Amino acid sequence: MSEQMTAKVDVDLAQPSILSRRNPLRYVMLLAGLAVLVMLPYWIYPPVAMDILCWGLFAISVDLLLGFTGLLSFGHAAFWGGSAYCTGLIATHWGVPFPVAVIGGAVFAMLIAWPIGYLSVRRTGIYFAMVTLAFAQMLYFIANQARDLTGGENGLQGIPRNFFGIELVETDPFYFYYVGAAMILVGILVAWRVVNSPFGRVLTAVRDNPARARALGYDVERYKITVFIISAGLAGLAGGVFAVSHQFASLQELMWTTSGKVVLITVLGGIGTLWGGLVGAGVVVTLEDYLASSGFEGIGLITGTIFVVIVLLFRHGIWGTARNVLRRYVLERRGRRRD
Amino acid sequence: MSEFIQYTLQGLAAGGFYALSALGLAVIFGVLGVVNFSHGACYMLGAVLSAVLLAELNVGFWAALVIVPILMFGFGVLMERLLVRWLLELDPLYNFLLTFGLTLVIVEAVKQRYGVSGLPYQVPAGLGGQVSVGSVNLSVYAIFACLFSVVVCVAVGLLLTKTRIGMIVRAATEAPDRTRALGINVGLWVTPVFGFGIALAGLAGVLAAPTRAITAEMGSNFIIILFAVVVIGGLGSILGAVVAGFLVGLVEAYGIAYAPTYAQIVIFVLMALVVLVRPSGLFGREEVA
Repeated sequence: MSEQMTAKVDVDLAQPSILSRRNPLRYVMLLAGLAVLVMLPYWIYPPVAMDILCWGLFAISVDLLLGFTGLLSFGHAAFWGGSAYCTGLIATHWGVPFPVAVIGGAVFAMLIAWPIGYLSVRRTGIYFAMVTLAFAQMLYFIANQARDLTGGENGLQGIPRNFFGIELVETDPFYFYYVGAAMILVGILVAWRVVNSPFGRVLTAVRDNPARARALGYDVERYKITVFIISAGLAGLAGGVFAVSHQFASLQELMWTTSGKVVLITVLGGIGTLWGGLVGAGVVVTLEDYLASSGFEGIGLITGTIFVVIVLLFRHGIWGTARNVLRRYVLERRGRRRD
Repeated sequence: MSEFIQYTLQGLAAGGFYALSALGLAVIFGVLGVVNFSHGACYMLGAVLSAVLLAELNVGFWAALVIVPILMFGFGVLMERLLVRWLLELDPLYNFLLTFGLTLVIVEAVKQRYGVSGLPYQVPAGLGGQVSVGSVNLSVYAIFACLFSVVVCVAVGLLLTKTRIGMIVRAATEAPDRTRALGINVGLWVTPVFGFGIALAGLAGVLAAPTRAITAEMGSNFIIILFAVVVIGGLGSILGAVVAGFLVGLVEAYGIAYAPTYAQIVIFVLMALVVLVRPSGLFGREEVA
C-alpha cells in the first residue's frame, strides 16, 4: 500500500509547470480565471455560483491531501459540516459580521482536525480513508444527539448574514457572492501557497516516498498532521461560507455522502491539479442544480455512474487531461523549433 | 441480570451480522486487496431480495437463506468481471472509489424501485416468540441468528484452514507470485472469492431481514460500522474480523441499553482507542509502511 494513488496514474506532478513564469499564457489564464470568477453571478443564479465556489474550495482542500500528500480523506464532511454548524451558531448567538463567524467556524474545524488527524495518520492508504470516514460519522452522531445546540434533524435555520450593516450584501445574493468569493479566494491562495512552498515540496516527498522522506530527517507524521489541519481549515472556510449563503446548516453537511461528493468532485476535476477542484465543482453543482430543477429524483444514479465512469476511464480528470494535452502540444512545438 | 443476558443476546445477534459481513470484506481484501465500499449495499440487497422473493414469488425465509447468497454470488462475479477487475493493478483507493460510486447507484436504484419506506418481512414460522430460561425471556430468532452466524463463520474458517481450496486461497493471499510459480492460476480464483465475499454480505442481509427495517438506506450506516469493525479487528485478519464483529455488536447493544445517547458514538471511541494503542488492529499484522 506504499504506492500512492497519484504515482500510478503517471500524473507527473512533481515536475514544474510546463509554462514558465514568464510565459504570457500563464497570465492570460490567470486573468481569464479571475474574469470567470467575477462574471459568474451574471451568467448563473448567484446562490448556485456561490455553491460552486464553496464546493470548489472544499475539493481543493481534499486535493491538498489526496493529490499532494497521498492521503485520501473520506471524512472531510466533518470539517465542512462542523464549521457550517459552528459558523451558524456564532452568527446566530453573537450577531457578528459573517466573515468573523466563518473564520470562527474554520478555526473550529482545525481544532477538531487535530485529534482526528493525530489518530488517522497512524494508518496509511486505504485504512486512512476508513478511519477518517468513521470519525466523521462519529461527529454526525454527536451533532444528531446534541439537539439543543444543532437542532437535530431540523438543522440550524435562519443563520443571519450580518455584514457591517451593508444591506445590499446582507439581503441580495448577488452582492453577497462577491464578499463570499473574496473569502473563498483567500482560501484558494492559501492552498496554492502551501503547495508551492518548501513545505509543499516535503509533502510531495512524503507522498512519493515516505521512507526516504523519513530517512532525510523529516517527521513524516507531523507533516501529515499539519497539512491535515490546514486542509480542514480550508474545508471549514468553504463550509462556513456555504452555511451563511444558504442561511442553513443541516445534518446533510456532516453525512458521509458529502465526503463522497467532494471526493467525486476532486477526482472529476483531476487529482493533484488544485484548480481542477473548481472545474469539477462547476460541473457537479450545475448538473445537480439542473437535475433538481428538472424534477429528476435519482441524483444518486447519475453521480454514482459518473463516479464509476471517471474512475474506470477518466482518471486524470478534466484539468489533468487538459494539462496533459497542453503539455504535449507545448513539448511538440519546442521539439519542432529545435529541428 | 436477566436484562443483561437479553442485551448480550441481542448484541451477539447483531454482532453476527457484522461478523458475517466483515468476514466477506476481509476475504475480499485478503485476496484482491480491494476494500469493498458497496458491502453495506450488498447487505441491503440481501435483505431486500429476501423481502421481494417472499412478496412476489412466495419464497420463504429458509429458501431465501440459500437462494439469496447464490444470487449475490452471481452479482459479485458480475461486479468483479465487469468493473473491479480493471482497477486491480492500480492503487486500492481506486476500487474503493469505484465501489463507492456503485453504492450510490445501487442504493438509489432500490430507492426508486421500492420507495423509502420499509419492506415488510416476518420472523419465519418456528422461530418466532420467546423462550424462557429461568426468569429470562430470550427471543428465539436472536438465538437462531447468533448461532447461525457462528456456524457459518466457523465453517468458513474451516474451509480456509482445513481444505485444499482454503490452502490455495490463503497462499494466493500471502504470496500471489509464489503461488503462481507453483502452478496455480491465481487470476482464476479472484472472481469466485469476490463473489463469495459478496454472498456473505447477502447472507447477513437475509439474516437481518426479519429483525431490521428493510430500506434502501439500511446499509449506509452499516458499512461505516463495518469499517470500524475491520479497523478494530485488523483488515488482513479473518479471525479479527469475526471477533471484532461480535465485539462491536455487543458494545452497540450495551450502548443502546445503558446509554442510548452515546450508543453509536461508543463504537467509534472503541475504534479510536484501538487505532491509538494498536494501529494495526487487535489481530492485524504490522503494516509495512
